[in-house]
Amino acid sequence: MARSRAEVSVGDTIGPVTVPVDRDTLVAYAHASGDQNPIHQDEEFATKVGLPDVIAHGMWTMGAAGSVVAGWAGDAGRVEDFRTRFTAMVVVPRGGAEVEVSGVVTSLDEDGRARVEVTVTADGAKVLGRCIATVRLD
Amino acid sequence: MSVKADFAGRTLPPAGPFPVDAALIAEFAAAVGSSDPVHTDAAAARAAGYSDVIAPPTMAVRFEQQSNAAYVADPDAGIDFSRVVHGEQSFTHHRPIVAGDEITGTTTVTSIREAGGHAMITVTTELTDVDAAPVCTAVSTIVVRGGE
Repeated sequence: MARSRAEVSVGDTIGPVTVPVDRDTLVAYAHASGDQNPIHQDEEFATKVGLPDVIAHGMWTMGAAGSVVAGWAGDAGRVEDFRTRFTAMVVVPRGGAEVEVSGVVTSLDEDGRARVEVTVTADGAKVLGRCIATVRLD
Repeated sequence: MSVKADFAGRTLPPAGPFPVDAALIAEFAAAVGSSDPVHTDAAAARAAGYSDVIAPPTMAVRFEQQSNAAYVADPDAGIDFSRVVHGEQSFTHHRPIVAGDEITGTTTVTSIREAGGHAMITVTTELTDVDAAPVCTAVSTIVVRGGE
């Protein structure tokens, strides 16, 4: 059920939610998204082009952030607008990694739309910049 | 090889239609860690007001990238894909993507500019349904790193 506007105030926080990611996650994401760039799957290729290791698709990270926002919204279809900058990479070593997603409601408009500023970190460092979701509340 | 600035303003021929099926939606949702039943349970999706399961908000990227591939992969565009990083992304949904949709994407190269030795390319893709009604406006900025 979609979250109702009566339940939401400016300053409300979301999470933090920890989302695990390993090499299998990235292979599954590559298949579902169609982005088969080997830097997200092949350690040898990734290091050969100068990366520290396999890195997550930026769009996987945005997708994971979207899942957390959608969970809060109560209906993924209520996330009407979603935007971000990609500011740092998420390194995914053989043993896997995790990102931490949190959010804060920064404004509510008269039509019942909440603006949520989303923060995603990996190893304590921010990996997305200006990540904003607009959620249509019930 | 360098990015050709004169591609700015061009609109590609429409790409697709790309069919959207429930199994692919479920796979995408699982890969991004979403447990919202509107992606996997048609009854839950209908209860929320949709005709069938809906795609996660960022799944539009699949159809966006299929739509802009003809530009990004065009040798005349001068984009060395091994030097590309994703800079920015936005999705403005006019309605959710639903299983059973057939999505067509029309990409326009919005701008190409130089910044600090890198080329920044912004492409805007309008995703539409079989009735040509708007589904999602996806805007992507890629950075082609300079160097050498």
